[in-house]
Amino acid sequence: MALDKATVARIATLARIRVTEDELEPLAAELSGILDWVEQLMAVNTENVPPMTSVAEMTLPMREDVVTDGDDRDAALSNAPRAARGFYAVPKVVE
Amino acid sequence: MSVLTDLTIAEARDGLRRKDFSAQELAAVHNEAVERIAPLNAFVTTTPERALEMAAASDARLAKGEAGALEGIPLAIKDLFCTKGVLTTASSHILDGFTPPYESTVTEKLWAAGAVMLGKTNMDEFAMGSSTTSSYYGSTANPWRRPGDNRPLVPGGSSGGSAAAVAAHAALAATGTDTGGSIRQPASFCGIVGLKPTYGRCSRWGVVAFASSLDHPGPMTRTVRDAAIMLGAMAGHDPKDSTSAPLLVPDYEAALTGDIRGLRVGIPKEYRVDGMAAEIETLWQAGIDWLKQAGAEPVEILLPMTKYALPAYYVIAPAEASSNLARYDGVKFGLRVDGDSLDDMYEKTRAAGFGAEVRRRVLIGTYVLSAGYYDAYYLKAQRVRTLIARDFAAVFERCDVILTPTAPSAAFPIGEKADDPVAMYLNDVFTVPADLAGIPAISVPAGLADGLPLGLQIIGRAFDEETVLRVGQVLESAAGFPHVPSVFAGAP
Repeated sequence: MALDKATVARIATLARIRVTEDELEPLAAELSGILDWVEQLMAVNTENVPPMTSVAEMTLPMREDVVTDGDDRDAALSNAPRAARGFYAVPKVVE
Repeated sequence: MSVLTDLTIAEARDGLRRKDFSAQELAAVHNEAVERIAPLNAFVTTTPERALEMAAASDARLAKGEAGALEGIPLAIKDLFCTKGVLTTASSHILDGFTPPYESTVTEKLWAAGAVMLGKTNMDEFAMGSSTTSSYYGSTANPWRRPGDNRPLVPGGSSGGSAAAVAAHAALAATGTDTGGSIRQPASFCGIVGLKPTYGRCSRWGVVAFASSLDHPGPMTRTVRDAAIMLGAMAGHDPKDSTSAPLLVPDYEAALTGDIRGLRVGIPKEYRVDGMAAEIETLWQAGIDWLKQAGAEPVEILLPMTKYALPAYYVIAPAEASSNLARYDGVKFGLRVDGDSLDDMYEKTRAAGFGAEVRRRVLIGTYVLSAGYYDAYYLKAQRVRTLIARDFAAVFERCDVILTPTAPSAAFPIGEKADDPVAMYLNDVFTVPADLAGIPAISVPAGLADGLPLGLQIIGRAFDEETVLRVGQVLESAAGFPHVPSVFAGAP
């Protein structure tokens, strides 16, 4: 399936990756190449075949809803590119 | 005394217990070896001081007779495993400066068994690749060169730094992760042993996520026995990973009996792909003959869904990656590129932080999960995945293990296949099916083609690593592979 520039721009926005105008054309070609190759899956008859949802056939375990780790703000913030007064700092989102 | 860097884990373990040498001596010669192979660019970060400290602690435990299974064994750790207080990059610019305040379960277990950390190894960015050329920190070179040709070759990927370090005798073993072949294909390219255990056997907790339903941590070693020893230390149930199997870990080393009489070895017709090198075909036949001579019975089997495994993988893995990599937003850790607004910051950070292959896969993943395409691509691929797992379940009624080549070629020069993503993806044609089905598989070095290593692969039933290792060792003994790459940190 061939993707056009507009579709690539839309996906890039959904993925929150800035793509410049001159990158759109080559990216569209690359992604279309991959999707064309993936198209061969359509030849497989998957009627009444359930999608795989779990690799190992096991039920996910339950546990008590209690804190088992964490409560260490300073360790978490130690990796923050910018932090202030015990919070992550980001550009203003409310005018 | 023999050169300490040439020892296997089993030999080093025994030598340490006999006090032939100390853990600190062993760590020191490996620190030097790591330095000597610097031109290969196998490491992102080296931790020589930590290695010596850990070795000193090992010597103290050895003196008290409290040695763990890997006491004093120097290991290299793929830079995908979070290591407390040590930079962890996933070979991506976007994780700039990330120093985890916690330790991955697998590395925690290795340290608890007494292992010593030499450093963090280079890899394809976020484990996406088959050549270790997509790292932000530059390509890793394979310690092997083609005779009479000085061009550097890829070590395979994504665990290429780990494979190169082990093959060049700079580490006794290393951790790897395998999502589409990232342990086995580099093991084949570098002439070492790589084991992808069953999904759920080794915890994923603290391993930077690529595709969560496909990521398998595992050992990379120079012998099958070493893989058995190291897997024993890495494996086990972890409540912190909800997909970790609540099963006891068998004694894998004890499974290496050398006896495979009466074992049925499946030979899948579909793995004879067009354009496969004659040497690989020949080596595969040699593998069949070796196992037959050891008393096993080859059985022709059919795995009709094989050709659809790779395209299914290239829908499922990017889909999971696009979701997993959404966390890299420049807010909580890693790289930040400032912007006028929050969205502007996200977009600029992710554009600068992700390399070309990661961007490609995040975009593909976003597309196949987007409204209107989810059923056509993602659900379709997951249905095909069910069929692939059923293929394996059906053949394991008729055979105990499956023998195939590990990769369709030997190592290729750095830069080749760089401009054709699909050609690069085809490297994983023989390894991807076992990832999709979550079943164990090992690559064992079996021969040379044009002076370069080639591996054979043994695939087994879920949670039957023991049989996989047992057959792998028989293959290893029969092949008598020469462990002597062109760049060799051990012997002078």
